[in-house]
Amino acid sequence: MLHVSNLSKTFNAGTVNEVRALRGVNLDLPEGAFLVILGGNGSGKSTLLSAVAGNFRLDEGEVHLAGQNVTHWAEHRRARLIGRVFQNPFMGTAPTMSIAENLSLAARRGQRRHLGWALPRKLMDELRNRVSQLRMGLENRLGNAIGSLSGGQRQALTLLMATWLKPALLLLDEHTAALDPKSADLVLRVTEDVITRHRLTTLMVTHSMQQAANLGDRIIIMHKGTVAYRFAGADKQRLGVDDLLARFEGLRRRELLDETAAALLKETYL
Amino acid sequence: MTLFLGAFTIGLVLSLLALGIYISYRVFDVADITVDGSITFGAAICAVLIVKGAHPLLATLAGFGGGLAAGTVTGILQAKFKLNPLLSGILVMTGLYSVNLHVMGKSNVPLLTGETLTTWAERLGRAGLGKPEVNLLGWLVSTRDLVTLMVALGVVVIVCLALYWFFRTELGTAMRASGDNPQMIRALGVNVERYRIMGLALSNGLVALSGALLAQYQGFADAQMGIGMVVWGLASVIIGESLTGSRSLGLAIYGAVAGSVLFRLLVAIALRWGLNPNDLKLVTALFVFAALVLPQWLKRRARPALSTPPR
Repeated sequence: MLHVSNLSKTFNAGTVNEVRALRGVNLDLPEGAFLVILGGNGSGKSTLLSAVAGNFRLDEGEVHLAGQNVTHWAEHRRARLIGRVFQNPFMGTAPTMSIAENLSLAARRGQRRHLGWALPRKLMDELRNRVSQLRMGLENRLGNAIGSLSGGQRQALTLLMATWLKPALLLLDEHTAALDPKSADLVLRVTEDVITRHRLTTLMVTHSMQQAANLGDRIIIMHKGTVAYRFAGADKQRLGVDDLLARFEGLRRRELLDETAAALLKETYL
Repeated sequence: MTLFLGAFTIGLVLSLLALGIYISYRVFDVADITVDGSITFGAAICAVLIVKGAHPLLATLAGFGGGLAAGTVTGILQAKFKLNPLLSGILVMTGLYSVNLHVMGKSNVPLLTGETLTTWAERLGRAGLGKPEVNLLGWLVSTRDLVTLMVALGVVVIVCLALYWFFRTELGTAMRASGDNPQMIRALGVNVERYRIMGLALSNGLVALSGALLAQYQGFADAQMGIGMVVWGLASVIIGESLTGSRSLGLAIYGAVAGSVLFRLLVAIALRWGLNPNDLKLVTALFVFAALVLPQWLKRRARPALSTPPR
């Protein structure tokens, strides 16, 4: 379903701010797979997601999605295949527009938009029905501006929007990180629900070891723009929070060792 | 009363300008100074066509088309060439000054002879009411002024309804979202750049339409008539928001029109009381400045008073 080969991206190349965000990342996801991406700050996990979504031009590598080579597709064109939820709950919805209008925009994701009424009665009925399934009582407030809702409510709606038309790929970019624990639990419940119900192929970036251990059928841990560890199948199911923490600790030590070793060599030979 | 009717009519004609500015300033959050050029552009095209004997309705629509083109250029500079929005507007406005002189062939085109929407309204009034003056709530007013006002009101109502409808279609909601949250709507498959160009085209089209009507009402098009128009429009939009709020689309559109009319009436009264017409633009600029700054300033003043520690 998703096939990513040799993805490389350097930001601000040739300047002091040069960041080698991705260094040859490869991924292969069959249909219905749920991949969790873990990694420390600056490991390139969010950049990987943005590369798949098409936010920037790649230096090298290719992205194939649903049997098509989308490497040179602009972000808005890829949106036909991709549903996306951002980390910032304010990023996924248009604040001054109503709940219904926001959802109606998502109901035409990747399709041509015409001069037809944005909110025909049939769509309104469907909106009410699907919003009520969130069990947040929002179905009675469809006319309210979405900016008046809480972060958790907005994120749940963004998730509903991203999956309104079944996407070939769902991208979740630390979508519960900015929420309070209660809202995060709620959004996570909705996430699991929608992914299993529609058997969505999913990439989820997260900071939380707990989420990583509980969710998904495979996992990668990223480090310095590369994939440091991969687990799938039974290996993934056996993996607990402690195991994940141990891997992280290992990566951290390896990094420290690199630095101290370099310092030692410098001292000895220079 | 004649003064009142005149101010009301100009207020309505310029409310199309305010609606155009509403789109650029409130939907796309850009102070688009192209307006100063495109209002003249619309007036120039319309006036020249009327002098050449074109049907006034056709000439008016041609003016609207000119504004669409001007806005498209500004939009392309912003969206495709990634120029600063303000600079894009300045460039197009400056270029339009020469274009306008070329269109008109001189700096002023009078409309004394040709058939305009105003003369058409006049004839309509004479045919319908049959007398040069009518009694309006106890005042005797000229039929001509009254019917012109009605025609202007009709045009504005039609434009408002069309705009309200458009912004509630699939295309229109996507356009509003492009201004409100570009990142989000891009992830939903919308080419944000294209919608921005379309939005600025529509905005300047309305402004040019306003210019075309203004030229016909005042009886001439002039190369200088656009100066400061963007500030006029901003003032109208801001007054409108304080009148109706911006909770809903319909209220915002109604507010822009009401703001324009009210502002024009205030100006007429101020002029009547002896305001030097030369000071008008300065007063308008100061007004917009105050309207933008005062609310924040008052809020900042209010906060320390609320949080004074107990002694």
